Amino acid sequence: MNSLLQTTDIIKRYGALLVTDAVSLDIREGELHAIIGPNGAGKTTLINQLSGELPSDSGQIRFGGADVTALDIHARARLGLVRSYQITSVFDEFTVRENVALAALGARRHAFRFWGGLLSDTQAVVTAEEGMAATGLSARADLLASELGYGERRQLELAMALAARPRFLLLDEPMAGMSVQESAAVVALLKSLKGRYTILLVEHDMNAVFALADRISVLVYGRIVMTGTPDEIQGNEEIRAIYLGEEEII
Amino acid sequence: MTVSLLIAQLLNGLQYGVMLFLLAAGLTLVFGIMSFVNLAHGSLYMLGAYAAAVVGVHTGSFTLGVLAAIATGVVVGAVLEWVAVSRLYRRDHLDHVLATFGLVLFFNEVVRMIWGPQPVFVSLPESLSGTVELFGFSYPTYRFLIIVVGLLVAAGSQWLIHHTRVGMLIRAGSVNPQMVGALGVNIRLLNAMLFALGAALAALAGAMAGPILSVQTGMGEPVLITTLVVIVIGGIGSVHGALYAGISVGIVDTLGRTFLPMLIRVFADREVANAAGPALASMLIYLLMALVLAWRPQGLFPAHKVK
Amino acid sequence: MMSNLFQPAKLVPVLLLLALAVVPPLAMATGDDFLVAFFARALIYAIAASALNIALGFGGLVSLGHALFMGIGMYSVSLPVFYGVSSGWIHLIFCVVVCALVGGVTGLVSLRTAGIAFIMITLAFAQMGYFVIVSLKQYGGDDGMSIGLASNFFGLRLDSTQTIFYVAWGLVVVLSYWLARLRNAPFGMTLRGGRQNARRVASIGLALRQYQLTAYVLSAVLCGVAGMLLANLNAYASPSSMAWTVSGELIVMVVLGGMGSAFGPVLGAMAFLGVEEVLKAYTEYWMAIFGLAIFAVPLLGKKGMMGWLEQLQWRARPVAGKASEALETKEVAR
Repeated sequence: MNSLLQTTDIIKRYGALLVTDAVSLDIREGELHAIIGPNGAGKTTLINQLSGELPSDSGQIRFGGADVTALDIHARARLGLVRSYQITSVFDEFTVRENVALAALGARRHAFRFWGGLLSDTQAVVTAEEGMAATGLSARADLLASELGYGERRQLELAMALAARPRFLLLDEPMAGMSVQESAAVVALLKSLKGRYTILLVEHDMNAVFALADRISVLVYGRIVMTGTPDEIQGNEEIRAIYLGEEEII
Repeated sequence: MTVSLLIAQLLNGLQYGVMLFLLAAGLTLVFGIMSFVNLAHGSLYMLGAYAAAVVGVHTGSFTLGVLAAIATGVVVGAVLEWVAVSRLYRRDHLDHVLATFGLVLFFNEVVRMIWGPQPVFVSLPESLSGTVELFGFSYPTYRFLIIVVGLLVAAGSQWLIHHTRVGMLIRAGSVNPQMVGALGVNIRLLNAMLFALGAALAALAGAMAGPILSVQTGMGEPVLITTLVVIVIGGIGSVHGALYAGISVGIVDTLGRTFLPMLIRVFADREVANAAGPALASMLIYLLMALVLAWRPQGLFPAHKVK
Repeated sequence: MMSNLFQPAKLVPVLLLLALAVVPPLAMATGDDFLVAFFARALIYAIAASALNIALGFGGLVSLGHALFMGIGMYSVSLPVFYGVSSGWIHLIFCVVVCALVGGVTGLVSLRTAGIAFIMITLAFAQMGYFVIVSLKQYGGDDGMSIGLASNFFGLRLDSTQTIFYVAWGLVVVLSYWLARLRNAPFGMTLRGGRQNARRVASIGLALRQYQLTAYVLSAVLCGVAGMLLANLNAYASPSSMAWTVSGELIVMVVLGGMGSAFGPVLGAMAFLGVEEVLKAYTEYWMAIFGLAIFAVPLLGKKGMMGWLEQLQWRARPVAGKASEALETKEVAR
């Protein structure tokens, strides 16, 4: 299987603090790769560098064979590297349908159209309907995003990411703050996406991680200490120690 | 072009620059720490000028006039902060713009109501209307006094910010306002003091400007806009940025207005020079601002805000 | 939310425009010229406010410098006329080109910043333009210059208040309709999305700054056109129309009318100038009261007058299902 997203020794410092310590990742096309690690390990900083929000101090990021290190967020999104946020980030004043349709449009075309409505763009609307259906939001399509419950807003995040027809999904704690049923729904959704999309999942919910991941990387103090299959990770003494508290965690 | 003209204009530029600093110092902190867009800062300058003029005429004492101006600044600043700023600063900047815009119109009209539209004349006391000997030539005493006062305030603000506890809170606040509040500091009181201090400095600038510029309604806004240029160049939230940028802008503007038309006359004929000279000179500081922004959008001496 | 012409939010604008259309003949009949001139001015400011709305209301770009573009528009008429050129088309081309250039350059520089800095920089650039005009003594400087000839568009001369009224009225109609469509078109949605959540716009693949710059230039050009009309109305071009307070007034009009709505700026302009006239008749010191009134505008909320009209709409709607029930019991969101 070929590598879709590759990082080579990326480093990020905040002053004297080394937050990302020569991280080299190799995410294969079609796999669902999870990143786990204790709080403060630098997972969000790493995701921010992958999505383009944060420039790395050094190192390279290659996506689909091309060097994207210098590209900013929207350019990477256009190439198919799409991210969803840990803290829900949607357009509160738009309806669910408008949110998803705009996401569908932005990834493929430009928005320099000044007359015809966004919702009269059939391609965008069809893609939006699919995204809403996949995340179970079809019934809520005409509600304002601000009127959705917390779990539904997370689903909207996902729907927007899917509507962008990404090659690569960067999911930053999609199940954060969700109830058991909501998490189960998301797990089911991600299971259905496996194989069709390449997914990099950052999550704390271990049940979800072990149910979904093809491979898992463990991030501690900004360093990848181990990458392996769920069985390999579960069986590893060192990793168990990190999570069961024998290691000093911030 | 004689050397003494150059030196005189340099000093004039320095004098203008420290006045801009007096206005910019308080305002940049209000922008940086409270994130509040205060368009009414020019009104505080104006009120200071009027207070100094009125008290100065009534008591015959220039010093009392200046003290009255500072007091006016503190009082009006404190009242404004309590009534308006404290309720509005958490809203978005557009709300600040609207509210303080309304206040500017209000203050300008109130001043016009009380003292009429004509400029108020402020005379200099005998002791200050002479000249001093500087670098071998004569320079107006009063303008020299302004420079001295301005530099004293700069030194004072340096001491305040770097050698007192309040100053430490100010420095912390300009880098991370939320954290300072979270640490249990009485942020309300700090904000009120900050605002009042800035108002006092603006009023002081107005009082000092009175004798050499015209004291009239609407005098605050042109100088406010130049102050905004200073703040943008110096960096929002940075007092030493305000000092360096203020002096730079003051000197560039003064020298530009004096020498640029002369310079153009060397290359072009009189007609063109008379037309283009003043126009280009008036654009100078804005071009400077645009250049700084193109190169460093956060200003030359930013306060390194942590997001 | 879908069109129902008989809801206040849709009906009032249409009625208002129709009412305005008959002002000139009525005024002629009663011999009251003042009203025609007043409403012509109001319609011109409505155009300027609608222009600003594209940048401010849709895009969230708080520009305190749009008076600059009105000024450029005014001088786009007075300068050519000074040299004997009265062709309206030349005035228009001059206006569009200069506004686009100045808007493009100042927008490009200003958009490198955000927040407070952006506001200050737009203000500073407008002030720069003001000072440049004032220093051009041969073109009237501080006093401005009178305009001897009206803009001539292949025979249509903007030389009477009535003509200018109807041209302005026509532009308001077209502009309002276009803004209503632009609002929901990809361009408008991108801008509005950017106002709500700039980071999100980037993460869906859109380079927000390009759209913001386009919006800024668009609003600059349209504001310039308003300036052209104003110059013809006054037969005068003066730097005082470029004072920074004019920029502030335009912002008040946009917010008062309802930021980001298609017709809000028109309502805002009418209301603003109407209140100004009423207060002027009441006291010599009307500006003080006006200032306090403007101070109170932030308390009204961003939905402004269009928001009030839309509130009426919600209550009148029949309950159609769970979704609208939820909407009805909720206050219209800010």
